[in-house]
Amino acid sequence: MRVNFTVNGRPQEADDVWEGESLLYVLRERLGLPGSKNACEQGECGSCTVRLDGVPVCACLVAAGQAEGREVVTVEGLAEYARQRACGTDACGTKSASLDEAGRRQAQGTDSQTGEGTELSPVQQAFIDAGAVQCGFCTPGLLVAADEMLERNPNPTDADIREALSGNLCRCTGYEKIMDAVRLAAARQSEGV
Amino acid sequence: MDFLRPASWEEALAAKAEHPTAVPIAGGTDVMVEINFDHRRPEYLLDLNRVGDLYEWEVGEESVRLGASVPYTRIMEDLRAELPGLALASHTVASPQIRNRGGVGGNLGTASPAGDAHPALLAAGAEVEVESAARGSRLIPIDDFYTGVKRNALQPDELIRAVHIKKADGPQQYSKVGTRNAMVIAVCAFGLALHPGTRTVRTGIGSAAPTPVRARAAEEFLNAALEEGGFWDNGKIITPSVAKQFAELCSAACNPIDDVRGTASYRRHAVGVMARRTLTWTWESYRGTRNTSEGAA
Repeated sequence: MRVNFTVNGRPQEADDVWEGESLLYVLRERLGLPGSKNACEQGECGSCTVRLDGVPVCACLVAAGQAEGREVVTVEGLAEYARQRACGTDACGTKSASLDEAGRRQAQGTDSQTGEGTELSPVQQAFIDAGAVQCGFCTPGLLVAADEMLERNPNPTDADIREALSGNLCRCTGYEKIMDAVRLAAARQSEGV
Repeated sequence: MDFLRPASWEEALAAKAEHPTAVPIAGGTDVMVEINFDHRRPEYLLDLNRVGDLYEWEVGEESVRLGASVPYTRIMEDLRAELPGLALASHTVASPQIRNRGGVGGNLGTASPAGDAHPALLAAGAEVEVESAARGSRLIPIDDFYTGVKRNALQPDELIRAVHIKKADGPQQYSKVGTRNAMVIAVCAFGLALHPGTRTVRTGIGSAAPTPVRARAAEEFLNAALEEGGFWDNGKIITPSVAKQFAELCSAACNPIDDVRGTASYRRHAVGVMARRTLTWTWESYRGTRNTSEGAA
């Protein structure tokens, strides 16, 4: 069957989709977006977390046909998604840097689809700065989940962070650094950095 | 495999009537796991995501009519006052990602003895609204709904429309045993609801019998003991011997098995512990609200 939906702001069409296929498979194998990881295929690990109409879900448990007509944001589109959200709230156009930034991104061949050439989102940058990335396999899911929590809850407690990330497993057991990264992203967000 | 995409409840019923083997899929958190692991290859998948009615709820005088696909996240956040036991149970479901997709209709459709919602539904008192194109809708009392391991009282042409759950008229509690606070299939679970209006107590046990069950003998014992001691009126602390016997009767209501998550004897023991604890928690809460309202009057 054919499935039409929006991924990272761009309309997409996937053909010859098997009816039992997951959204995750379509993203990775048909649309060339391997950022969302395929690990447990049973909703246990969270490494395939994407936003479906804004809501964090495990892409492995969404039937591809259920995404018809809906909006999906993957880790590849996270930076652009975060940028647009910031623009919506504090009129980024007024910031002097943004025009230059826009020009620079364009020069680098910005691709909101694959994320290549775009600047990182605050939560991505915080993961790097806090050393929260080890093997990196769980990272995309954690980024999507953490970003959504910070959108809803700008000043999370440690308990809030733990609960929001409770569906994302890290087998390098780097949870302390991940906690540090989310705290850092929250602190930077509240300072408007 | 065919993917059926009804745009309305009527279309969904028509599709189910035409293809009784069709497997309904809403949150997908059970069905997709089976498909991903090649445990199931249904002829038809019946996607219910476009049926908006299933995502709505209505708070009535006596009960809440909860659409089958209302995600657990909404129950936790928006129905905590009306359905405290179910809200607590919803909060124990898997992870935020799963709670954003899964709903009570799926728990009922799968009818796993380990489904987190069941003990809360049994304790609160509920009816399942099911419908077929041929015979219209009917309400199945929750006590008659679970018919075996992963079996329920649905006919092949029926779909679950909603659950009518009694609004809490007293404190409710829910307790679940597992190795973590998230992503856990219950080793066993226990729900308890005080119903001061009728001066009754109802229970629900999960993962400790082939189906979710109530501990009826325990309820009858406790109802009689509370009545006899005038507890509902005098608001006294429940005597330890009453709590102990209630716990033992709850353990006795179990018919568990040994499996990878726990042994039968552990489950029996843990259900007794949860029964005693949830009774204490709810009763203390009942005494508290009672004293507060008396103080205010």
